[in-house]
Amino acid sequence: MSSILKNRWIALYVENEVGVLAKVAGLFSGKSYNLQSLTVGTTEHEDISRMTICVTSDDVTFEQIKKQLNTMVEVIKVMDLTNIPIHMKEILFAKLKRITTEEKAEAFRIVEVFAASGHIRVIDIGEDSLIIESALTERRNNELCALLRSTFKHIDIVRGGAVAVEAVSTSCR
Amino acid sequence: MDITGKKLFVKALLEEGVDTVFAYPGGYITDVLDELYRTDGIRIVLPRHEQALVHEAEGYARATGKPGVCIVTSGPGATNTITGIVDARYDSIPLVVITGQVSQGLIGNDAFQEVDIVGMTRSVVKYGVTVRDRKKLGKILKMAFYIASSGKPGPVLIDLPKDIQLAQGPAEYPSEVHIRGYKPNESVHIGQLKKAYKLLRTARKPLILAGGGVRIAGANEELTRFAEEMHIPVVTTVMGKGAIPEDHPLYVGNSGMHGRYAANTAVNECDVLFSIGTRFNDRITGDLNEFAQHAKIIHVDVDTSSISRNVVVDVPVVSDAKLALEKLLEWASPKKTKSWREQIGIWQQAHPLQMRKDRGMTPQMIMEGINEVFPTGIVVTDVGQHQMWAAQYIKVLNNRRFFTSGGLGTMGFGFPAAIGAKIGSGKEDVVCITGDGGMQMNMQELATCMYEDVDITVCILNNRYLGMVRQFQQVFYGKRYVATSLCNSGGRPQNGKLSDSAEAKYLPDFVKWAESYDALGIRVDNEADIISALRQAKEHKGTAIVEFMIASEEIVLPMVKGGAPMTDMIL
Repeated sequence: MSSILKNRWIALYVENEVGVLAKVAGLFSGKSYNLQSLTVGTTEHEDISRMTICVTSDDVTFEQIKKQLNTMVEVIKVMDLTNIPIHMKEILFAKLKRITTEEKAEAFRIVEVFAASGHIRVIDIGEDSLIIESALTERRNNELCALLRSTFKHIDIVRGGAVAVEAVSTSCR
Repeated sequence: MDITGKKLFVKALLEEGVDTVFAYPGGYITDVLDELYRTDGIRIVLPRHEQALVHEAEGYARATGKPGVCIVTSGPGATNTITGIVDARYDSIPLVVITGQVSQGLIGNDAFQEVDIVGMTRSVVKYGVTVRDRKKLGKILKMAFYIASSGKPGPVLIDLPKDIQLAQGPAEYPSEVHIRGYKPNESVHIGQLKKAYKLLRTARKPLILAGGGVRIAGANEELTRFAEEMHIPVVTTVMGKGAIPEDHPLYVGNSGMHGRYAANTAVNECDVLFSIGTRFNDRITGDLNEFAQHAKIIHVDVDTSSISRNVVVDVPVVSDAKLALEKLLEWASPKKTKSWREQIGIWQQAHPLQMRKDRGMTPQMIMEGINEVFPTGIVVTDVGQHQMWAAQYIKVLNNRRFFTSGGLGTMGFGFPAAIGAKIGSGKEDVVCITGDGGMQMNMQELATCMYEDVDITVCILNNRYLGMVRQFQQVFYGKRYVATSLCNSGGRPQNGKLSDSAEAKYLPDFVKWAESYDALGIRVDNEADIISALRQAKEHKGTAIVEFMIASEEIVLPMVKGGAPMTDMIL
């Protein structure tokens, strides 16, 4: 067991019912677990939702989190995605405001470079502003945010939290 | 043919074999109660406060083994149940709590007596839901009874909007229910159990630590036989008290914060700790880094999430205590533990559990009196010093049971829980041991006793203080007695001295108070009167309040400071 804090991933199948999201989220706050992100949406069965949860914890706490989730009546299945091949993406919008023509060009250059990592593009543009849409990994989005913040003064960032699915054949993350 | 929601609810109670409900009326539950009025075979107990209502249902559930059914109205009725619900969760008591709710059309409007009780109790119930579809009512009620009483038992809350109570819908109540996210453990992993047994065989100084899970599983007999066949001494938690008869030669005593010297020392010195049905609460472990530091730990528990949460264990076994012990008994054979048992005997003699005998009536004398006059039946305690004295000196043998609020430590639990226990157990003697502080938290229930003809004996250990906290103040806070005196203004402690002023008068006069309800009230000032007072209370048909005037200075020993190692006992 390692006591090192790191990010860990869980996929959670839950009953698609009122209050289940609050119950899961409440577990993290009530027991002081460090929740990084939580996304939720319905699955192929409309009465089942799937959550993708990222927590920062050590091994012992993470084991406890999985057990606690498992004890909930509304939780159907807990999957640990930490060490298995997965595809993971996070949707992100960045609105750059009050930018010069030169800064606009810089924005396009940044997008071009990040495009090597996957889906990212400029989706909207005005006189002195533009919007970038990115669906990269959470980590790549973190890097993008850091770069945008250091390059531009006036930005709004909207992040959706990561969504993950187990890989079929590859070992990519 | 379709029926109303309230009719289906009553049908569900009957099919679940419910013979008693604890109910407090109010606007949004009156329809349900009206339906119960038309039903034979279900006793409706009316308490005087919803917190007490839940404790009564807890006492009933512990006495009968069946879920306690609570019916309350919305808003304040619902919020008053929360303390009891948490108490039941911590001590694994099955409850089905039905709260009335405003009609669905009003939910969210801050309507009169509307609260989001499901939201408020989400983190403490085993399962909780608002019924939003009359068609699902039958399934949800079935789920409630099943979830409350299976696996690790606990409280379930069903919020019933008024329109659902009145809506027509299917009359069927399912005979079983399948819940895809809830699979209580009903088997035992033989491989893990073998590992545990092998480890136990290698031990030279093995020790069994038995918790409340043994009793819940009904495995007292199996535990005792296992200890006997393997020659392993047993210590218990407060909740596990009675897992093995307390006069058994292998029984060492309670361990933990106010445990016996020999029990805590044995935990510290053992080389294999076989723990079963306990969650290693901090009152048992003290400083986690030093808990059972020489031991390999085996942990048997029905709740996966209790394993390796507080204490890292070497061999986890997820299993019901009874199943595991039955299997272990197939393998059990004698171990040589004579010198280890002798060592424990030496510790027992070095620091036996005993109070002074030279300065009047002590709690030990009262507990021994209760042991003598009420050798069988149920003992229920409240929370505080008297609880620890009861845990130390009340002898739980095969024909006796011990109910207490262990996990949450809820003052006000004892009296109503004793009422519920008596209502559930019928002929058994029920004795409540409580303090002057805890008694005042739910003393309104004497009215319930009188209305329901509840024949119990309530022993109030009156030391005129909130004794356990006063004890902390004396030992750890430089005798700064703040907010712990229960006397009138003349009895305020000054400069670290407990008042002996002539104007000091404790409140209330419990004997006059008892008499005002037509109950029997007896005051005992002298140890010579303990037995006769208890006998009189026992013979009295109805509720008897026996008030024992004990010294304010009395403290619970041994004691370990919270968070300190269990070997740091103040003896």
